[in-house]
Amino acid sequence: MSEQLTVKTMQEFMAEGKQPEILFWVGSAGSYDDRAKKISRAFVKLLNKANVDFAVLGPEESSTGDVAKRAGNEFLFQMQAMMNIELLNGYEIKRIVTCDPHSFNTLKNEYPELGGNYEVLHHTQFLKELLDNGRLTIAGNEYKGKRITFHDPCYLGRANSVFEAPREVLSRTNAELVEMKRHKKTALCCGAGGAQMFKEPEKGDMDINVLRTKDALETQPNIIATGCPYCNTMMTDGIKAHEKEESVSVMDVAELLANSI
Amino acid sequence: MEYLPNLLFAVALVLGIGFFTRNVKKLSRNIKLGKDVEVSDNKPQRWRNMAKIALGQTKMVVRPVAGIMHILVYVGFIIINIEVLEIILDGLLGTHRLFSALGGLYDFLIGSFENLALLVIVAVVVFWIRRNIIRIQRFIKPEMKGWPKKDGNMILYIEFVLMTLFLTMNAADSQLQQLGADHYAQAGAFPVSQFIMPLFEGFSESSLILVERTAWWLHILGILAFLNYLYYSKHLHILLAFPNTYYGKTKPQGQFNNLASVTKEVKLMMDPNADPFAAPAEGDTGGEPEKFGASDVMDLNWVQLLNAYTCTECGRCTSECPANQTGKKLSPRKIMMDTRDRLEEVGKNMDANKGEFVPDGKQLLDDYISREELWACTTCNACVQACPVSIDPLSIIVEMRRYLVMEQSAAPTELNNMMSNIENNGAPWPYNQMDRLNWVNE
Repeated sequence: MSEQLTVKTMQEFMAEGKQPEILFWVGSAGSYDDRAKKISRAFVKLLNKANVDFAVLGPEESSTGDVAKRAGNEFLFQMQAMMNIELLNGYEIKRIVTCDPHSFNTLKNEYPELGGNYEVLHHTQFLKELLDNGRLTIAGNEYKGKRITFHDPCYLGRANSVFEAPREVLSRTNAELVEMKRHKKTALCCGAGGAQMFKEPEKGDMDINVLRTKDALETQPNIIATGCPYCNTMMTDGIKAHEKEESVSVMDVAELLANSI
Repeated sequence: MEYLPNLLFAVALVLGIGFFTRNVKKLSRNIKLGKDVEVSDNKPQRWRNMAKIALGQTKMVVRPVAGIMHILVYVGFIIINIEVLEIILDGLLGTHRLFSALGGLYDFLIGSFENLALLVIVAVVVFWIRRNIIRIQRFIKPEMKGWPKKDGNMILYIEFVLMTLFLTMNAADSQLQQLGADHYAQAGAFPVSQFIMPLFEGFSESSLILVERTAWWLHILGILAFLNYLYYSKHLHILLAFPNTYYGKTKPQGQFNNLASVTKEVKLMMDPNADPFAAPAEGDTGGEPEKFGASDVMDLNWVQLLNAYTCTECGRCTSECPANQTGKKLSPRKIMMDTRDRLEEVGKNMDANKGEFVPDGKQLLDDYISREELWACTTCNACVQACPVSIDPLSIIVEMRRYLVMEQSAAPTELNNMMSNIENNGAPWPYNQMDRLNWVNE
């Protein structure tokens, strides 16, 4: 990508003696996964556009430990959590935004008991806030008339009852929002949760992501929108399994918005 | 001799309630085998949950057909119990239709009971058809073979028979009232049983009394027997749904508990002033270090064990489970059934050994729940969401994964790789932590 992004680390903020408005928790997928990196870039493009004074931890960031916890490794999780909390508290972080619902969930719900108390937002909640107070305005009509269906990530939707923010942001792009039969509280998992992302599935007669993509394809969408880097991978593989990658694309809410401003 | 029926009734009542009390004690002892867990928080929220979910049946109607039918049986069950109170008093005092003094209200009540009884019969028949003729998927899963299937049908038969006895009793009674028999004063309205009455056309007074008395006795004895059947059946949910929804999770579904024993150790590891060779503090009995996670029912907390007894095996969890829908072995309902079966086994072991558990070489892990099931879970919470009585199968799965990983180092190889990556470079993939910001310029 040629577009120049402005990204400052917490260390730089400290050196200037300043506090950022928010900390962008990039997460491991957003930092290293090729597809997820594009989501991080799209989100930062929006932050730059809205003149949000934000920081990242950069090389100081480390896994939240979420995936280790879901796999049963409470030790590793708490080690990661306490190291991160030490760092975050040292920087006096108040507000965190992340594109990863798994980081969102663990930072918001599981860190406080270990000493990490922050206001934690999913990026779709923060983007809605930016749209609401006019810091971001829709300019293009890129998605007018396009059918978009939103796949609720388990750890955003069912686990934390965030259903409206991503839908609200999507509706601002003037796209036609269509719901899958199972959505919101009853949405089917993409198959990546609980550390499944990092292992082969157990023996069965189908992969979960193929089943979930079938739900999505039944709505005849042009685009399947997600708000999670892991869901993104699973749904992308899913449309390949259904041989629909020519006609349907999988995109993050941040990318759809970035193309609309 | 005059008081013989009263006496027999009192004996039946004492035996019925006595056995039931014994079962409740056993139930409570078994549940208390679980570890302590903090549930004294959020009291108003907990009462609301119980009122909405258990009393109000809000999660039942998510599936409208089963939900509405279930409400009929549930309302019928609760309201018809007012009649049971009268039956008990009549039985003890030797009276007949004691509450008939209520006059018009009594007629209204009996009429309502009859209508409800009919609705219960309709619902029970529909339920039976769903289980045995339509054979709805979730009722014919592998874990439903044998006793669970019989149990499900047995409950329906008992309810059908009890309601039929109630209506038969009323029909004979009302016939006797019309004949002006002694003791059978005009009382009650019989909107449903009037259609049974023609069957008794031409019966003599004594045969009618025989029918009425037989139905009356069988009905109340049946209720007492049913009360005692509960402990052996999935039907315990009619009682346990209330405490279970009260003690159910009030935190966001995505929030898993942080193991306090781990926190202690991690804090020690991160404390630069901690002395790794320090002698145990005064008063430290040096007992066995706490076990991480669960391999058996005693390692679970008591709310999880209460969950297991509350499960009525409806299978809504399993039918919503992504792993189960795609043919994996995992079934959240089976997790609950296995937990209860193992807990019962432990309880029987204690009964046979003067209240002490004697190790039997078995445990919940492997002997009941396989590793394949545990590793198939996506922790998506669909099962928790689906449960109409706030059972949390996911918490048991996670607790058992914790045992596998932290006590046995028995995670699948790929997960071990993922975890050592996190240990080494702070990400589940083997990338250099220094490259965390490369995405900005790519």
